[in-house]
Amino acid sequence: MNAPIRRLSVLVGLLFASLLVSTTLIQYVFAASLNARPDNRRTLLSAYNRDRGPILVGTTTIAQSKQTKGGEFTWLRTYPQGKDYAHITGYFSFFGAAGGLELAENSLLSGRSDKLFYRRASDLITGRKPQGATLKLTINAAVQKAAVDALGGQRGAAVAIDPRTGAILAMVSNPTYDPNILSGHDLSAVEKAYAALNADPKKPLVNRAIGGNLYPPGSTFKIVTAAAALSTGRYAPDTQLPGPASLDLPQTTTNLDNANGRPCGSGTVTMTYALQQSCNTPFAYVGMQIGASALREQAARFGFGDELAIPLRVQPSTFPATLDEPQTAQSSIGGYEVRVSPLQMAMIAGAIGNNGVVMRPYLVQSVMGSDLSVIEEAQPERLSEAVTPTVAAQLTAMMRAVVEGGTGHNAQIPGVAVAGKTGTARHADGKAPHAWFISFAPADNPTIAVAVVVEEGGSAGQEAAGGTVSAPIARAMMEAALRK
Amino acid sequence: MSIISSIRPRRGRNVELALLIFAVAIVLFAHISTGLGAKGVVPPRALAIGGIFIALTVAFHLVLRWRAPWADPLILPIVTVLNGMGLVMIDRIDLAENRTIHTGWAFKQLLWTGLGITLATLVVLFLRDHRLLRRYTYLAGVVGFVLLLMPLMPFIGTSVYSAKLWITIGSFQFQPGEISKILLTIFFAGYLVQTRDALSVAGKRVLGMQLPRGRDLAPILLAWLASVGVLVFERDLGSSLLFFGLFVSMLYVATERISWVAIGMGLFAAGAFAAYLLFDHVQVRVELWLHTFSPAALQVSDQLALGLMGMGSGGLFGTGLGLGRPDITYFAHSDFIIPSLGEEIGLIGLFALLILFVLLVERGMRTAIGTRDGFGKLLASGLAFSIALQCFVVVGGVTRVIPLTGLTMPFMSAGGSSLLANWIIVGILLRISHHARQPLPEAKPAGPIGELRTEAVSTP
Repeated sequence: MNAPIRRLSVLVGLLFASLLVSTTLIQYVFAASLNARPDNRRTLLSAYNRDRGPILVGTTTIAQSKQTKGGEFTWLRTYPQGKDYAHITGYFSFFGAAGGLELAENSLLSGRSDKLFYRRASDLITGRKPQGATLKLTINAAVQKAAVDALGGQRGAAVAIDPRTGAILAMVSNPTYDPNILSGHDLSAVEKAYAALNADPKKPLVNRAIGGNLYPPGSTFKIVTAAAALSTGRYAPDTQLPGPASLDLPQTTTNLDNANGRPCGSGTVTMTYALQQSCNTPFAYVGMQIGASALREQAARFGFGDELAIPLRVQPSTFPATLDEPQTAQSSIGGYEVRVSPLQMAMIAGAIGNNGVVMRPYLVQSVMGSDLSVIEEAQPERLSEAVTPTVAAQLTAMMRAVVEGGTGHNAQIPGVAVAGKTGTARHADGKAPHAWFISFAPADNPTIAVAVVVEEGGSAGQEAAGGTVSAPIARAMMEAALRK
Repeated sequence: MSIISSIRPRRGRNVELALLIFAVAIVLFAHISTGLGAKGVVPPRALAIGGIFIALTVAFHLVLRWRAPWADPLILPIVTVLNGMGLVMIDRIDLAENRTIHTGWAFKQLLWTGLGITLATLVVLFLRDHRLLRRYTYLAGVVGFVLLLMPLMPFIGTSVYSAKLWITIGSFQFQPGEISKILLTIFFAGYLVQTRDALSVAGKRVLGMQLPRGRDLAPILLAWLASVGVLVFERDLGSSLLFFGLFVSMLYVATERISWVAIGMGLFAAGAFAAYLLFDHVQVRVELWLHTFSPAALQVSDQLALGLMGMGSGGLFGTGLGLGRPDITYFAHSDFIIPSLGEEIGLIGLFALLILFVLLVERGMRTAIGTRDGFGKLLASGLAFSIALQCFVVVGGVTRVIPLTGLTMPFMSAGGSSLLANWIIVGILLRISHHARQPLPEAKPAGPIGELRTEAVSTP
């Protein structure tokens, strides 16, 4: 009987070998995909049982993890500033980190980033519970607050950057939401709140400042057209341009009209005057003269088409790839299919104020360990040179004229030279236009550049124009930045 | 049966004692580590429990020195680690679910462990020769089958999560299948050692295999019917597979005929397939096995999925004892104790446990090869193989090698019946191994000197 017993022993070996294979498959080969399953409560719990790092604006905490008493979740993520910073923080919920910095810097906040390697290694040895890194933002709380207050209940977005560095000083998107209701520990309440926010036709979860459906820029795009024209060397701010009430577009029966239906000035105006009064026909004319590709290249030099991460992903602004002449005319006044993000428009204003250099925008000033020792500090970086310093100076003078004696007079700040441009973008028949304003101040050496868009005229409705609706918001933000 | 060469083996009792102390140290360390991981404190009764554990096992060890000095020295330390790690994990689940010493499973399991070790000690003390068991072959058979089918009886049979493996008498619940496993192994061993000659008579030759005669098929058909009955009426694939697999393997060892294995596997496959076609509950089990993560399967039961995710979260090294969330899986302390351990001690820890099981089973097989009587060979190999098969059914069930069943992990899962039965098996195996490893008394030369074999004689 010994031979069959030996064979039975071999069979036992084979049976256990199959178990070694099956356990290896589960715990090693497929472990990562099992852990990544959305219904994996262990993964969720381990995320909820980590002390995520806080997010700071100046000395104000806008996101933090608080220890809870009892319950299976050790940490509760809270957002003391709630709605005002919702699109910057994003939220940390049962469904994982979403939106904002919670998602974009998840590995740092959760403490799993390779940048924290030495810290983690020492935690492993000392047995200390790992802590996430602290993020200190570039946001200026006063500017952010001014933007929130001035925008009020109107739908739209406001962005401010420091033109010299690209540091983002304010970023507001309306309507907003309270991230605290999504980070709670009551699953059904969170699910309900999320479903309601997601179904809301006004899309409160979308950060309009950098994403979502981009906006047509309207007349603010005339800055780009002017920049392209001045860069050719064939145009100067005082170049005389035709400014009829209506411009007959080639190849079509349609005309391109000035907003008020009247000729611009005497019918022939300087480029400065055309920008100051935001006349359409002179810029449509210039656009057709220099051609679509010159406009497209100029737009690209300002950052159109760039994939940016601030570290939140920025939806690239677009200038149409192929255009016929009438479409070029429409595009050169910010119509047709030109689409921009408010951040992109702030970058354009900033570049002009910064001698033509576009700085890469960023939101995180420094990454710190839990002991507040700095792990990483932001380094300002040039993104591109959009225009020469000469052209930048010319554009600055033209934009100052807009504020001092043109459509942008509502942005005037006593004692400070402000450069700006209004925009009133018609985007659909029967709907009120989007009101734009972009600006920077002080004009000769700016410390802040702003872009504001108010959707469908905001509280002003059909009567809305960039100069009346958005310029005061931009002014409030600039004043907040310059006050200190 | 071949003649065993009489290399004088060492008793190995000192090795056993050293390994026992090491085994209890591993368990105690794991217990303390659990307390530190889960609560940040050393468990209050750690030393007392460790003391009880070492006292019980060392007492057993002393009985072995006294009554079975040649017994295999590895079996007791291995079983001590397995039983101990089971206790540690059961205690850990109690901690996670905030159960006290009175409401939890760990203390009960500790009592059952004490009782189990005592029973095994008594087996070694009073069962002076395993061949005595052969006298009760048919009694064991009758009682074994009655116990196996007992959960089907009205009033006392209890259905737990659709499988009928339990009987309830008053407030006392028992899984009779565990005891019947031992009795039926004794029965099969006694029956087969008598009938092996008849059963190994060759019949027709088909496909290069000597088939048995038709009239000899009755026993295997009976065993098959019983196992199909268990599958269909007790709704448990695990027990069914265990009993039939045990019978077929012992039949193979007794007759040395591979054709019995082929016939057995064919019968079982046919029976299982027919049951799959005919019965919903079998189909559900198969669906849960094949498509564990499908929405339809998760609707029925997410237990297996939760266990798999637990094992995944443990990964290679585990979360550390007391630091995972094994309690998320239902029955984490009993049927799913292996995923619980996989989560907290990782793939490496699980490998160590599985290797210990392999070692235990192979020590049993070694005992079967070493023992001199046919009954002992069949009994030892049968008992050892039953442990192997049960491990395979349980671990294979929770790791999707085969459909999930309701069997308990030997020595580890919470549950008194299983623990007692397996400690009794340890007692019997130790007893047989004593006989297997004990050198034969020096035989005086008999017969003419010319017929004697050459012997190596050591000279002083």
